[in-house]
Amino acid sequence: MNEHSIGGEILKVENISLSFGIMKVLDDISFDIKQGEIRSIIGPNGAGKSSMLNVINGFYHPQEGSITFKGETRKQMAPHVAASHGIARTFQNIALFKGMSTLDNIMTGRNLKMKTNLFWQALHIGPARAEELENREAAEKIIDFLDIQAIRKKPVGKLPYGLQKRVELGRALAAEPELLLLDEPMAGMNSEEKEDMCRFVLDVNAEFGTTIALIEHDMSVVMDLSDRVLVLDYGKQLADGLPDKVRNNQDVIDAYLGIPHEQA
Amino acid sequence: MDQKYQETTLDTFPKLLQSHVKLRPGEDANREKALGIWQSWSWADAAIEIRALACGLADLGLKRGEKLAIIGDNRPRLYWSMTAAQALGAVPVPLYQDAVADEMAYVLDNADVKFALVEDQEQVDKMLEIRDRCPTLEHIIFDDTRGLRHYEQDFLHDYEKIQQAGAEFDHDHPDFYEQEVAAGSGNEISIMLYTSGTTGHPKGVMLSNDNVIITARNGIIREGLTSKEEVLAYLPMAWVGDNLFSYAQSYVAGFCVSCPEDATTIASDLREIGPTYYFAPPRVYENMLTQVMIRMEDAAKIKRYIFSYFMEHARKVGVKILNREPVSLKDSLLYKLGNILVYGPLKDVLGLRRTRLAYTAGEAIGPEIFDFYRSLGINIKQLYGQTECMVFICVQPDGEVFADTVGTPAIDVEIKIDDNGEIMYRSPGVFQSYYKNPESTASTKTEDGWVHTGDAGYFDDNNGHLKIIDRAKDVGKLNDGTLFAPKYIENKLKFFSFVKEAVVYGNERDFSTAFINIDLDAVGNWAERRNMAYSGYIDLAGQDEVYQLIKDCIDKVNQDLSQDSRLGNSQIRRFLILHKELDADDGELTRTRKVRRNFVGDRYEILVDALYSDRSQCHVETQVTFEDGRTGMLEADIKIWDAAIYPVNSMTRDAAA
Repeated sequence: MNEHSIGGEILKVENISLSFGIMKVLDDISFDIKQGEIRSIIGPNGAGKSSMLNVINGFYHPQEGSITFKGETRKQMAPHVAASHGIARTFQNIALFKGMSTLDNIMTGRNLKMKTNLFWQALHIGPARAEELENREAAEKIIDFLDIQAIRKKPVGKLPYGLQKRVELGRALAAEPELLLLDEPMAGMNSEEKEDMCRFVLDVNAEFGTTIALIEHDMSVVMDLSDRVLVLDYGKQLADGLPDKVRNNQDVIDAYLGIPHEQA
Repeated sequence: MDQKYQETTLDTFPKLLQSHVKLRPGEDANREKALGIWQSWSWADAAIEIRALACGLADLGLKRGEKLAIIGDNRPRLYWSMTAAQALGAVPVPLYQDAVADEMAYVLDNADVKFALVEDQEQVDKMLEIRDRCPTLEHIIFDDTRGLRHYEQDFLHDYEKIQQAGAEFDHDHPDFYEQEVAAGSGNEISIMLYTSGTTGHPKGVMLSNDNVIITARNGIIREGLTSKEEVLAYLPMAWVGDNLFSYAQSYVAGFCVSCPEDATTIASDLREIGPTYYFAPPRVYENMLTQVMIRMEDAAKIKRYIFSYFMEHARKVGVKILNREPVSLKDSLLYKLGNILVYGPLKDVLGLRRTRLAYTAGEAIGPEIFDFYRSLGINIKQLYGQTECMVFICVQPDGEVFADTVGTPAIDVEIKIDDNGEIMYRSPGVFQSYYKNPESTASTKTEDGWVHTGDAGYFDDNNGHLKIIDRAKDVGKLNDGTLFAPKYIENKLKFFSFVKEAVVYGNERDFSTAFINIDLDAVGNWAERRNMAYSGYIDLAGQDEVYQLIKDCIDKVNQDLSQDSRLGNSQIRRFLILHKELDADDGELTRTRKVRRNFVGDRYEILVDALYSDRSQCHVETQVTFEDGRTGMLEADIKIWDAAIYPVNSMTRDAAA
């Protein structure tokens, strides 16, 4: 599998339940993510995968259960707190600033790294200038890393879908996260774009040591990339373990083939 | 002319480097964009880099006469590795970086390459894949470490580690580098370049230091180039032209060579560097013009009006002004106004504002494309060259530039036309031999140094310029005995912006036929403006409106051909639009994007047969290769249309003139 080193627990989710009214979206989910691993969450449509990510980064507040991130246990966490603690994410439906350039979008990912106030930034002198240079360099390193030099100054709204996904990954990386949540980064891509994206996910993990939680539908991608796989189905935890073990689990096969439910 | 060009002791590149360190240590030798900012290295900096690398390579075991393969995009480090190899008397062998592993295996094996210096993980992976087939390959050195941290093979080396080891080696053997450089001479092999191979396997052309340096110097003298030129190195390093323009001439004249940030950023890098000396194959000029025209079509009405008004004026007087011919004061003033409003900004966008000299070669260029650039005041000229003589055979002199000739012989070049109409030449740049291929050497180069070009042509009676019609072996005959020059017809077709590639058949047939590749950008834009819906290339290529559009182009070519009594009967009777773009990965084009006519003919035999039947449609299944080397199938029903045929003008052109 992957040649990186996997450390101790970075995130632990215990007995999470989340409902919207009578609709139970997540039902008693418990799992952990270890430092440096690529952890996938899979499941049929409506299984609660994106909800799980939203819980982790504090966008949804579960009714029950607790989340422990880097040793700190809490029931609820506001998204900006999650971000400042080192959790960054991308979205299933791209959420970039369409009118802004690639570079500017990535620079917004540096927002939490900026310490000087608006006054200094507006004057662009002294510490604000030094900080801007430092952040620009960090952004340029990401541009180089993702091989998107050619679109540095293009408005992202005009870019093809695959490239927008890459820019979104760039913005998440700009925050230098310890835990990166990727919500279907390969959805809607052709096989070549998928391969590129896989390469970037592996490189991010290997070069920066970033822990990655990945939601993905493409089974071959999941099985190749992941260290461990969590399977959800209708809000319930179906299986959890090494890719090979999960692949051969009868419940998982049934869920995907649609035997218990009519939905594939 | 500058005194320093005359020095004869500077007969190798490392010696030239040493002289630049003395003459202009602080001037820029190389530039490259990193993290969005242009970084530069002076001649003194470059010399330090090269010395450390050369010592490191020597430490690793690279010896005089051995081969170092260089594979990657244009980067200062890869150019330095050429000089480093030459400093040791080793021979650099640059390879086309986008070639698939199998193609590389042939060259590496054929050239007995011992060391390979490659750009990144992509190339390292290719090397690892083919290592078993290249028994001589001992060490692989990579420049970009990204993604390679888990590669632990002991024959893989980081470029910087090699330089560090080199610095230590240099410290322990302080005289080594100078002694090695001093041991180099003009008749040693400087570089080995593999010809793209329109037929058969590529051949390794061995060029000596004298071949390269004297030819580069002659080119510089003829055009009056100086150490102040700006050049952007963006064409493949394995191509002879890049080696001449971005390496040899830079070392001889002492000008700075800039490398683009990335293959995808060339257009903006070109604009930022603003080269004064520029080479591009015709298709690059065509693409630029197509882009300009597409953008103008979408511009506001007032802008379109100003653009077309001043472009019309430029067409009238621009070329005359460039040729320093007299024009009326009014025209001259109007041209100056146009320069402020249109020509200047346009040249700026294209990155050609400072360009004093632009060359093109390789394929014929359309007259209106040629005139477009010249009317803007860009001195674009054609040259005629080959790998076998380090490029220069003919160059168009300033003020004597015609779209259909390639100019007069370059300095020290002798040209003759043999009895079969084939062009032959002799020059100081003529290669030593093909590597390990005495038969090909003997059939190409005569005892007394004349080289067969394989091109058919003649000297134009009016201006004494060389005119090339086609490859000598491609010139054939129709069944009725009419001369059939496929390339000549294909070029006429390709002058239309809608036609990307054309492949014409007709040798030993009753009439000519054509495969057409449409230009997706140009035809796509044309279709959009007509509100035609299409889902992709195949769909667009099969539409009747597009067939009509292409038929109009072919009709015009036929009309043109009918004016020529010799070629008039080879008008195109039937044609089809191919369902896929011809691609080098499928072997249909060479790596330099020349059509391999016979290969295409064999591959689509069913289509050729259909063209010579009375069918109006043909079903075809084609295997295609994706960029990652995997294959898939493509199916399509292809329509076949007839073109209009015009009566041949029996009066010869000469008689008319």
